Amino acid sequence: MRVAVSWLREHVALPPELTAQRLDDALTNLGIEVESIVDQGASVQGTLAVGRVLTIEELTGFRKPIRFCTVDVGKANGTGKPQEIVCGATNFVEGDLVAVILPGGVLPGGFTIGARKTYGHNSNGMICSARELGVSDDHAGIMVLDPLSGATPGQDARPYVGLGEMVLEVEITPDRGYQMSVRGLARELAYAFGVPFTDPGTATAPKGSTRGKPAWPVTVVDQVGCDRFAARLVTGLDPHAPSPQWMQRRLLAAGVRTLGLAIDVTNYVMLELGQPMHAFDANRISGALVVRRAAQGERLTTLDGVARVLSAEDMVICDDTGPISLAAVMGGQISEVVPGTTTDVLLEAAHWDPTMVSRTARRHNLFSEAAKRWERGVDRELALVAIDRAVQILVEHGGGTAGRQILDLNYPPQTATITMNSEEASRLVGMPYPTSRVAELLVEVGCEVTAQGSILTVTPPSWRPDLVRPADLVEEVVRLDGYDKVPSTLPVAPPGAGLTATQRRRRTVGRALAELGYVEVLPTPFISTDALRRLGLPTAALRLANPLSEEEPLMRTSLLPGLLATLRRNLGRGNRDVALFELGLVFLPTTDGPPPVLDVARRPTDEEWERAKAAVPSQPTHVATVAAGELAHSGWWGAGRQVDWADTIQVARDVLASAGVRPSSVRVSAAGPMPWHPGRCAAVLTDGAVIGHAGELHPAVCADLEVPKRTCALELDLSAVPFPGPTPAPALSTFPAALIDVALVVASQVPAAEVEQSLVDGAGSLLESVRLFDVYTGSQVGAGKKSLAYKLTFRAADRTLTAEEAVAARDSAVAVAAQRFQATLRGA
Amino acid sequence: MSYRNDPYDPKQVSLLDQTALDDAVARAQKAFAAASDVDALVASRHQHLGDRSPVSLARREIGALPPQAKSDAGKRVNDARATIQGSYDARLLQLEQDRASRVLAEEAVDVTLPGERHPRGARHPLTTLMERIADLFVGMGYEVAEGPELELEWANFDALNIPPDHPARGLMDTFWVATPGTAAGDQVGTGSGLVLRTHTSPVQARTMLEREPPIYVIVPGRVYRTDELDATHSPVFHQVEGLVVDKGITMAHLRGTLDHFARAMFGPRARTRWRPHYFPFTEPSAEFDVWFEAHRDGPRWVEWGGCGVVDPNVLRACGIDPDVYTGFAFGMGIDRTLMFRNGLSDMREFIEGDVRFTRAFGMEVQ
Repeated sequence: MRVAVSWLREHVALPPELTAQRLDDALTNLGIEVESIVDQGASVQGTLAVGRVLTIEELTGFRKPIRFCTVDVGKANGTGKPQEIVCGATNFVEGDLVAVILPGGVLPGGFTIGARKTYGHNSNGMICSARELGVSDDHAGIMVLDPLSGATPGQDARPYVGLGEMVLEVEITPDRGYQMSVRGLARELAYAFGVPFTDPGTATAPKGSTRGKPAWPVTVVDQVGCDRFAARLVTGLDPHAPSPQWMQRRLLAAGVRTLGLAIDVTNYVMLELGQPMHAFDANRISGALVVRRAAQGERLTTLDGVARVLSAEDMVICDDTGPISLAAVMGGQISEVVPGTTTDVLLEAAHWDPTMVSRTARRHNLFSEAAKRWERGVDRELALVAIDRAVQILVEHGGGTAGRQILDLNYPPQTATITMNSEEASRLVGMPYPTSRVAELLVEVGCEVTAQGSILTVTPPSWRPDLVRPADLVEEVVRLDGYDKVPSTLPVAPPGAGLTATQRRRRTVGRALAELGYVEVLPTPFISTDALRRLGLPTAALRLANPLSEEEPLMRTSLLPGLLATLRRNLGRGNRDVALFELGLVFLPTTDGPPPVLDVARRPTDEEWERAKAAVPSQPTHVATVAAGELAHSGWWGAGRQVDWADTIQVARDVLASAGVRPSSVRVSAAGPMPWHPGRCAAVLTDGAVIGHAGELHPAVCADLEVPKRTCALELDLSAVPFPGPTPAPALSTFPAALIDVALVVASQVPAAEVEQSLVDGAGSLLESVRLFDVYTGSQVGAGKKSLAYKLTFRAADRTLTAEEAVAARDSAVAVAAQRFQATLRGA
Repeated sequence: MSYRNDPYDPKQVSLLDQTALDDAVARAQKAFAAASDVDALVASRHQHLGDRSPVSLARREIGALPPQAKSDAGKRVNDARATIQGSYDARLLQLEQDRASRVLAEEAVDVTLPGERHPRGARHPLTTLMERIADLFVGMGYEVAEGPELELEWANFDALNIPPDHPARGLMDTFWVATPGTAAGDQVGTGSGLVLRTHTSPVQARTMLEREPPIYVIVPGRVYRTDELDATHSPVFHQVEGLVVDKGITMAHLRGTLDHFARAMFGPRARTRWRPHYFPFTEPSAEFDVWFEAHRDGPRWVEWGGCGVVDPNVLRACGIDPDVYTGFAFGMGIDRTLMFRNGLSDMREFIEGDVRFTRAFGMEVQ
């Protein structure tokens, strides 16, 4: 809401010297967010005085016309003598009133005015153009003031050149509809400055007529949607009558276009009182008015020219032809007031159900100024005051005649009172508030309060429909008393259990990946169907109803699309050797149907809550990496190394190790789902269950996504990784170990992991560790074969092994490998 | 070979002569001094301390002396031998030290050669800032509560006192999940009852539904609004939220907690300033600023977050009796906090994932 401060001053006795900063502080402390305060006068510094041109001497001999003037600036220059000024404009004559900036003044843009000698004369100041003053782009000449404006030499010229206003723009929170008006803001400022407030909303206004023919025949069919409907006719308006200057200025300052008196007056009254109004051209209404819900599918073209299809929840005002207004939100074209034509106006001020308006505004995406006020709550006692205010202006400035009858269909709800123990304020705020102080502050916001001991019975004012519970009243108490008075006390929490195992695991995994050289990134989870398709992933995914980009309406089911896009962006920016990781949620499509409807008046039952949670799509935490380029740099120390599939599988093992999984429960096996290379990808298993994949990406994927060849990736479902129980203590033998190397020749397609397992199975309990240290293929072992060289470490818990024992264990290990894979000892 | 039974040779008795011993010592010391390295020294040892060295031969002659002369001669021979041995040892030690120094000097390298052999990894500053905040509160006895990012509409709105037609819903530009099975562009899709959570506050509802008071939780997490990505907006950002529900909790406790939080994040002189505000899920409500001395543009108040006393409607919807328990809640944007705390000016950098950005923050944001 934007408003000129001078308008507020009409209702609240603000200090005359009020600065923008003090105003800002006062509003902020009341919870009104200040968007801007533009002190138009402050844009010109120093003395800007009204001057009357006394003499003009045309100077000759210069390339352009130059005038030497004397100007009466009254006492503004301190001497009362005429001011001598050289001026290059010619659009004024002796006797004209002009705006003069005296030496020392500063024009917008930091242009400082000095006294100087120019064209052979002293020039003490400047006669200003509109552009120099920053009020318009007009630089055709200097600004000549209206002789009828009442300006006299020596006065501050700011009000006469359009720089007189301080304009305030505030953001009103959704609970405080009353503040969306001059009335409401003035009331708040009265609290802040402790100054008198005259409430225009409680001005006396003629009551509705109870006898005779009504102002207009109106039937309110739906009294839930509309619990008050007031109207009055004004006839015989001059259709060309302009709005008075002061009203136009205020509307312009408020950012409202002027559209002729009859429409302007409804906007003016809405801004002043907070009561949205509507003016119908009485001659364009056919017959009696009916206020009702719209029929589903009914049509109405609103003032903005949009033909709208109505819903059965919308309220409409109808005449014999059907809907002529989308009630509370926007009028219709059929009955609109036409400037220059309309002579008879039916003014309407009603009271509409906030929920209805909110829904209608949302449904039609039509958040008009009226709708914004209705959904925040409007004082239902304003209708007749607003009508009267509008009628008076139309009569005075439009030459109209007020209708004799005032229609007031009023279906008031029961007035509600709030019973509150005044100690509630202390209970919620944590500082003492005597009952008398609580009552005093509530009275200040307009409540009626009766006290019985500490029990207060509070009737909130009609403009505060937001006050319904003790907590609401406590907020008013602490707000007016001052939030800055609330003391600072640290509560003592009971002992907590620290981070959960899941939370600790996420941190450890993140740190481990960073230590392995991977950089964490947080791309958005929005992806396209195409992104999934190009990776060969299933395209079933949850879709947003209102995505930011129609290109990316899906929620990710894999972290890889985002990581690969980020990889590409990095490479595009010239970053080389990029290794990225992300730890985040993926969103899996479920078809459980919609969640159950839950109440808010009570806690959902356990069963309802479980069903609701089950309707939320599964969102497991995944960890994923992508890497391209050097894992180890080349440098003065020697050659570097490109990241490869084996590094990536090792990262999977490292991730699981950091997640607390014992190496013995981790297994990898050959697998090749998209988007991985079918021969260079491992399924990663914990306790026999696949939790993800790691390896090199499919060459076709790399080419399609324009990432480097042999880009590697891994993705694991961290949520599926089981938590091992407490770690059993290791048994450390201090007896010497026996080390024996064996080289086994097997068929080249036999997985090394299985050969190793056969050695473990065969060696028995004396085997402490087995490590593959060489893989050889070539002529020495023959085509289709490979040699796997293992270092076996044997050790007993209770004695030094004899050579015979170690060799026997080795032989039985090799025997199992031979039996399972026809392995032979190399060289044997 | 032993000389013990050698026949007595009178010529050799002269070896026991003191002059001869002194001469042997002098020649040995001269030879040792002349040895320029350990190998030369060791080579000269035999001549001066070996079996056929003058002092060894002299020792053998002692047996031939009359008993009354043996003691004196033995002492003199031993002295001479000890002196030679001492000179040898000293010279050996010195030469070994010289050799060690020389080897160390020869092995010296240019330690300023660049050493970054692996690309450096890093953790996202938003992640580590959230962890840091969580740790602060865990240290105070809070637990870290979490919830799904794709959330029940009920938990995101209704349970927090934001009914379907509440204007506050309009303030939070919500991503709605399309009803599974509906076609793209079908606006009926908003009826799914599922949203991307617009704030971390639904975790308040979840926590209160699943735990008994006293509740002290801190909730870091990712949230979503339909804002186009630009320097100061992002459709995806992060919040941290605190919730306390206990007997006797007041706004004063809220202020104490926020002041403590502010000091931990922004230095010992930090404090908070409140402005009345509106949130559907708290009443009374406030927005708060923090006094930040180290701001890059000089000490100043900076908008930090929102807070208030938990609205009784919220407590009731979650099965907590508002007459018995009271609570407070607060929340703030992590991205924004990181931006003003560390002087960042473009939110896009959080999303874009340029490794140069993340690496600048290392393993933990400072």
